[in-house]
Amino acid sequence: MRDVAIVAFAQTAHRRRTDELSEVDLLMPVLHEVLGATGLKANEIGFTCSGSADYLAGRAFSFTMALDGVGAHPPISESHVEMDGAWALYEAWVKIMTGEADTALVYSYGKSSPGEVRDVLSRQLDPYYLAPLWPDSVALAALQAQALIDAGDTDETALAEIAARSRADATANPYAQLTGDVPAGDHLVHPLRTGDCPPIGDGAAAVILAAGDTARALCARPAWIRGIDHRIEAHSLGVRDLTDSPSTRLAAQHAGAFERPADTAELHAPFTSQEVVLRKALGLGDDTRVNPSGGALAANPVMAAGLIRLGEAAARIHRGESDRALAHATSGPCLQQNLVAVLEGESAHV
Amino acid sequence: MTDVLSAPLVVEFPFTRSLGPVQSAFLTGLRERTVLGVRTDDGTVLVPPVEYDPVTASELRELVEVAATGTVTTWAWNPSPRRNQPLDTPFAWVLVRLDGAATALLHALDAPGPAAVHTGMRVRIRWAATRTGAITDIACFEPYDGEAGPGQPAPHEGEFADPVTGIAAPARLDYVHTPGRAQSAYLKALEGHRTVGERCPACRKVYVPPRGACPTCGIATEEEVEVGPRGTVTTFCIVNIKAKNLDIEVPYVYAHIALDGADLALHGRIAGIPYDQVRMGLRVEPVWAEGARHPDHYRPTGEPDADYDTYKELV
Repeated sequence: MRDVAIVAFAQTAHRRRTDELSEVDLLMPVLHEVLGATGLKANEIGFTCSGSADYLAGRAFSFTMALDGVGAHPPISESHVEMDGAWALYEAWVKIMTGEADTALVYSYGKSSPGEVRDVLSRQLDPYYLAPLWPDSVALAALQAQALIDAGDTDETALAEIAARSRADATANPYAQLTGDVPAGDHLVHPLRTGDCPPIGDGAAAVILAAGDTARALCARPAWIRGIDHRIEAHSLGVRDLTDSPSTRLAAQHAGAFERPADTAELHAPFTSQEVVLRKALGLGDDTRVNPSGGALAANPVMAAGLIRLGEAAARIHRGESDRALAHATSGPCLQQNLVAVLEGESAHV
Repeated sequence: MTDVLSAPLVVEFPFTRSLGPVQSAFLTGLRERTVLGVRTDDGTVLVPPVEYDPVTASELRELVEVAATGTVTTWAWNPSPRRNQPLDTPFAWVLVRLDGAATALLHALDAPGPAAVHTGMRVRIRWAATRTGAITDIACFEPYDGEAGPGQPAPHEGEFADPVTGIAAPARLDYVHTPGRAQSAYLKALEGHRTVGERCPACRKVYVPPRGACPTCGIATEEEVEVGPRGTVTTFCIVNIKAKNLDIEVPYVYAHIALDGADLALHGRIAGIPYDQVRMGLRVEPVWAEGARHPDHYRPTGEPDADYDTYKELV
């Protein structure tokens, strides 16, 4: 088995809208930042993988427009997932583990501003029983929140505290879109208030992965990926216990998350209620710092927010602020698909 | 900063899908006011039914009829219904476990307000007046305080006259598309019958239309360069199939044209010359129709053909 690490991470300052920027305009600064941090040239990267969604842009093959930013000519080894960039990172990790590359550039981006993201996301639902009813992303999260309240797992006050803690932590995050004292607001879909929901915005992120000694040469303190796994739940919401996330727990188990406690967890929980589910699934106690970046409640560029969780966790290891961190990404309604990675700094690997 | 263009972009599609045996029976049943579930190997009844067991993946075909009454397992009050949602007045989203079923169905509940809704409340189906074999044949749920349905769901053959075998789920999403700085500048120049590209600061290539980045160097292009109006045919094809909604007689010629000063060929139609006389190296110029936002076609300039070496890198 090879050792693979995240050696660089960059993200945009996330904003409500970026009309003046095309996708490639949005991406190029973060691509240049991670390349600059490692000293790698675009043509030295072994594998490039990206995540995005055509439905956000409303155009087929929209990701091809972004490829100009990575210097795709002369030809490079490249792939794309129609999903959050966390899954692109997983593909790149596999590529490195199989020995087909020593370095990988992973990026993802999402501009939610052109459309109505609540409606756009409803098109990813089962087309027979769900999509014709147009249940929007907030409505589905609210059904999960009410199930948690009925089960006694949380209440509206506890949810508001999650929102307040996240936005307070985000004041130290220069890239966050929604920070500080954000009012709980009115019910958007009961029991979720506007404050329980993520901001809608545009943004991008990029990371560089590298194997073994290459990683050590590129980064003073690489964030080693000790384990990474992703799992999915049954498609039908009515089959699932919405108060739990067995797929997160299983992914975490396979990633080795339960072998030792982590000091940090970056959880991809766009809604306050989802943090409750994830804390339970991952068995997180008070000794784990959850979402010091502010999490997706502070910035939720769709398709990049999960990759940002991996990047934020890695960056804390790079800076020496964490020795062992969990990173989680989700996709689909009510935490349908979940990815968990365990990241460690060198000193923790005794 | 150049002003950035924006325009409405509507993505609309019918999303036509065929149904398997279980979904066909379920949706046809709704048309006939009959709710069917499917029984798994361990006796669990799934509503809405699926063709494969979500736990064991074994094939499921044993249909049963469940009641049109049920219990709310979770809910969410929607004060501002959005376009296409089941009700246009405030309503509750609900997951309902129909009597006889072990799993829950998502739908809308018509209720006067959130105070009238709670988990565990009893509800029943309100059928749509016009039913076609779709999940929307259930107009919504409504509060119900009558008797519970039969405890044990009855076996059902799933056979109906004129079964529904497919659905057409229309979808429409509205966007406001903004093409960004480089393409906005390109489109604005076209309004003045000018074609502009952008030069890469590193490799000095001029890209037309500009997309804001050099695909070779992976860096931003910013220097605007006017190219053309004349250009050279680098390659072409003869189109013999008449396209729908296109008022051009076949055969016609579709070509790659390297405008003078550009390092990338763009596409255009060639006219004003018999189709079988178009050739690589032909010198052409744009022809604009009245009020058009892009050249209608390109025609020969009458100049001698360009030497192959002058455009071979652009073929």
